[in-house]
Amino acid sequence: MRTYHQLTDPDRSGLGDQIGAQRKRVAERLAAVRRIVAVMSGKGGVGKSYVTAHLARALARGGRGVGVLDADLNGPTIPGLLQVPHTAQPPAIGLDGVKCISMGHFLDEGAPLAFKGPAAESFVWRGAMEASALREFLGDVEWGSLDVLLLDLPPGMQRYSELCDILGNAPAVLTVTIPTPESRDAVRRAMRAAVEHGSELLGIVENMVGGELKGSAGDDLAAEFGTPVVARVPWHPTPETWNRLAAQL
Amino acid sequence: MKFLCVECDQQMAFAERALPGDGTLAATFKCPKCGRVVAMLTNPMETQLVASLGVEIGGRTVPAEPFEMVRTFVTDGRPDGQTATPSWSVDAQERLARVPSFVRGMVKRIYADYAKERGITEITPAIMDTARAELGLEGM
Repeated sequence: MRTYHQLTDPDRSGLGDQIGAQRKRVAERLAAVRRIVAVMSGKGGVGKSYVTAHLARALARGGRGVGVLDADLNGPTIPGLLQVPHTAQPPAIGLDGVKCISMGHFLDEGAPLAFKGPAAESFVWRGAMEASALREFLGDVEWGSLDVLLLDLPPGMQRYSELCDILGNAPAVLTVTIPTPESRDAVRRAMRAAVEHGSELLGIVENMVGGELKGSAGDDLAAEFGTPVVARVPWHPTPETWNRLAAQL
Repeated sequence: MKFLCVECDQQMAFAERALPGDGTLAATFKCPKCGRVVAMLTNPMETQLVASLGVEIGGRTVPAEPFEMVRTFVTDGRPDGQTATPSWSVDAQERLARVPSFVRGMVKRIYADYAKERGITEITPAIMDTARAELGLEGM
């Protein structure tokens, strides 16, 4: 029996070429984006989306063209934080002129993300569907010229890995943690993965500082990874809090 | 993916792509030497995997529309894979009517559940035959 490569006529499906065309589409679409920054944590509930939205607004108030890609497909919150109408077509324009794309644009109010398809063994294909949705968000939004595109990642590392694959390189990373040692340990894993992928670490945002949450996660991680704590965000931040953070990016 | 006509030791050429129903993707390939045609059939899960990659067997003839996958596959809130109650073709309804009335409701529900689990939108006699074979319902 001959092997695949011994059959020299072209494969009409050209699946490799189709995947290549998808990558090219993403690269062309993002060519006018000066900087891509992934906001990630590895820990849920630390305020990644909250930080992302307010950072985006502060950057926009400072005169920069800003977009936010809500990569939390299962729990999209960016449209709400930027007060984008549910029915807006992507890219929607939110508070302070921030552009955004989110799965929230495609779901009915309050509906969970679900895909049409065979119900049996849906775990086999669901992850691929989500990665494909992320690829479309990256390749199909007409952002125009942007100074910064912030990518709001969900907890865990899967979306970050998919992002690196789709982009063809590892984006710069802004890490969000809360002060607790539990958060530090979870965020450490994410930062290690980011370093191993080759991401530039832009710094650490320590969120929910000054309340009941005790610990020194921000300083611990900063010392371990040699990257600065770029902001300590109190429970009731002011616009100035975000402006100071924006000035460092 | 390539197909080899073993008898002729010849690479077969892609001929046609079709979606004949019940989640099946069919791609036919023809041997340029002997003319033999074979069809590759994927089950609904395999079809879904291909779709999730945003690629088309046989090649794309038109560029993808913006958000094509999301607009096609994201549902209005039903759990993954669950679709509306499948419809019954006329032939299938006639066949169901021949089932004794005291078990007809149960039989109908079994076929409907079978179809819903597989994303099948219309129950036909062929679907009923497949379900009977798979579920061991000979005689229903």
